[in-house]
Amino acid sequence: MSREMTGARIVIEALIEQGVDTVFGYPGGAVLPIYDALFQQNDIKHILVRHEQGATHAAEGYARSTGKPGVVLVTSGPGATNAVTGMTDALMDSIPMIVLTGQVPTFMIGNDAFQEADTVGITRPCTKHNWLVKDTSELAETIHQAFHIATSGRPGPVLVDIPKDVQFASAPYKTKAKAPTSHYNPQVKGDLAAITRAVEAFEQAERPIIYSGGGVINSGVGASQLLRELVAGSDAPITSTLMGLGAYPASGDNWLGMLGMHGTVEANLAMHDCDYMLCVGARFDDRITGRTDAFSPDSFKVHMDIDPSSINKIIHVDVPIIGDIGHILEDFLKVWKARGRKTKSAEIKKWWAQIKGWQATKCLDYRNSDELIKPQHALERLEALTKNMDRYITTEVGQHQMWAAQYLGFNDPHRFMTSGGLGTMGYGLPASIGVQVAHPDALVVNIAGDASFLMNMQEMGTAAQFNLPVKQFILNNERLGMVRQWQQLLHGERYSQSWSQSLPDFVKLAEAFGAKGILVSDPADLDEAIKEMLAHDGPVILDCLVEKHENCFPMIPSGKAHNEMILTDEETADAIDAMGKTRV
Amino acid sequence: MTLHLKKGSSRKSAYDLKNPLDEQLETHTLAVLVDNEAGVLARVIGLFSGRGYNIDSLTVAETDSKGHRSRITIVTTGTPAVIEQIKAQLGLIIPVYKVNDLTVDGPSVEREMALLKVAGKGEKRVEAMRLADIFRANVVDTTLESFIFEITGTPEKIDAFTDLMRPLGLVDIARTGVSALSRGL
Ligand SMILES: Cc1ncc(C[n+]2csc(CCOP(=O)(O)OP(=O)(O)O)c2C)c(N)n1
Ligand SMILES: [Mg+2]
Repeated sequence: MSREMTGARIVIEALIEQGVDTVFGYPGGAVLPIYDALFQQNDIKHILVRHEQGATHAAEGYARSTGKPGVVLVTSGPGATNAVTGMTDALMDSIPMIVLTGQVPTFMIGNDAFQEADTVGITRPCTKHNWLVKDTSELAETIHQAFHIATSGRPGPVLVDIPKDVQFASAPYKTKAKAPTSHYNPQVKGDLAAITRAVEAFEQAERPIIYSGGGVINSGVGASQLLRELVAGSDAPITSTLMGLGAYPASGDNWLGMLGMHGTVEANLAMHDCDYMLCVGARFDDRITGRTDAFSPDSFKVHMDIDPSSINKIIHVDVPIIGDIGHILEDFLKVWKARGRKTKSAEIKKWWAQIKGWQATKCLDYRNSDELIKPQHALERLEALTKNMDRYITTEVGQHQMWAAQYLGFNDPHRFMTSGGLGTMGYGLPASIGVQVAHPDALVVNIAGDASFLMNMQEMGTAAQFNLPVKQFILNNERLGMVRQWQQLLHGERYSQSWSQSLPDFVKLAEAFGAKGILVSDPADLDEAIKEMLAHDGPVILDCLVEKHENCFPMIPSGKAHNEMILTDEETADAIDAMGKTRV
Repeated sequence: MTLHLKKGSSRKSAYDLKNPLDEQLETHTLAVLVDNEAGVLARVIGLFSGRGYNIDSLTVAETDSKGHRSRITIVTTGTPAVIEQIKAQLGLIIPVYKVNDLTVDGPSVEREMALLKVAGKGEKRVEAMRLADIFRANVVDTTLESFIFEITGTPEKIDAFTDLMRPLGLVDIARTGVSALSRGL
């Protein structure tokens, strides 16, 4: 006999059955029954954020650092609309997330009731799927379905909208095993014939490259292991998208660094000149391809992806393989080994000689200074001082984000949390909170910009309340740096609204939240400041004043090809034509 | 630091590799089998508007009330790449069970029904009746000054009939949009 209970209790029961230990949320009228049920239990911890957007990014940080879905609980109307940015972010970056929203009672829906919003209507395009539950007897199975859909196939956010009367009414609880199964069961095994064709071409490759992405990380730690095995066995060079960093270790011999708009010279030129491209769980995003008609013109392209709609969407490929990356890589390796692990090793050696030539340009070198802290230097020092620590990094969005990707080394998956597809300023601080909740003893650092930090700085209150020792490392250039860089390069140095004026005193701000604040502006004091930040057992804001007009290079201007990178300020004049200006 | 990159080396760009015919627009009829649940039509339409795809015609009705399935028939126009994207994107919608491209999956039958109100007297009225006969349109309502014709056929046939009725006093037209099934088993 299944037990009869209120809808509110069903929510808690279903979350527990799904293995949820943490919910990020914010209460309000339409979710009071669920908050009441939450009050009367001890299995699930609730992290009270300061803004619902914070709850969504915290859930994303939790999810991306653990591989488990993140759970958000918010009220109707403004609670739900505040969560829209985080859901869109999770959709773009394929982050599994379950958002539970309260709704006005069913009999009031459509009446413009207080705090009513058409939540399923608003969130339809920013979720993988969503439901309005009108009957308590369907609540448990809907929540089980929601977890299934959020976590299978290409992961993503889902939303369950629960009217208040549905929370109050009672129904028997349906366990996961008793809930009707969904017809949604995306293919995980890749087509063996396609995999064999991909292997055959791989054996013939003289200038191969592996281009990996977030799909490897989403597939689980095993997929990263298989990727490493493939690279080690074939000696193919490997690059990765922003979302894929850490799947192959930055300390590995075959690592070329990140590719794309702010990728390394060696990664981008190797992509351009390769004769065989193995795209593993990436999606040929415009930040990666640059000008698509000049993208890697002479290569045979293999695309492994769990999402069939990613195939041939932007770049036409020779062999598409649809399935879960872990399964596909396993079969790829099996076939390749069974056929005798063939590679054109002499040619690949020559390819490496060419790549070494590009690496010799040392494209990430910058002019350091004794007077001002260079942002790149600040990150190099952070890297050096946290080398062997159990470290997780989150970022905000802007120049600092790209520098973090360039100058920090990620040796494991699930260690780098950043807003890739949507580029959401305000992501990093709440994400760091979510990561810290999931990994209480680890070092969690948010690489922040001064402007981005202000977007969700209220979450310092959350960090303080739950004593989450997140480190906010602000590379403070007193600018909307990335915007300023584009204005310098594309808009005749007319810096329209890209100054961060009236910035708060970040040290005092930290203190106001009950956290520790540190200010550093002299390169000579940088190491001490970082050490002080690391040593403090509690949340810290390190306000690191850096060079204000530093640019982030290399850069492939919009509308240009991989072999048209600019590397220094001197090369920027006229680098971008009218066509490029119209692109984002 | 200057780097000698081989600029403009893109002899054979991925763009060039595409068959130039690919860029021609094609019209496809898609049959989409969906769960008949709240909001499913909004999901399908939202996909088309959100991604900038065309809808030439769209019909929907429950076809299996026990199984709660509906069939949405969409006629859409785009380049072959866009048509492929549309099908793949439709496949991602959770309540979508199956997407059939009737235009490529083999021979199919397409029908549309239209009601046309034609007002006229004398010669024009007689001519309208004569043409309706040729097109096998039925008269479903008559007054002294008007007819309502019911016509079933391919969209092209309905277009042709409509064009002929225009000078004869066409007042109003209601079309159902296309329904389609593949032929044989
Ligand atoms: C929510 C949001 N609004 C606007 C933008 C556009 N944008 C991208 S980077 C940037 C400036 C970021 O400034 P800051 O956080 O100080 O980082 P910096 O580039 O200076 O390192 C802006 C405004 C965005 N990405 N997200
Ligand atoms: Mg800044």
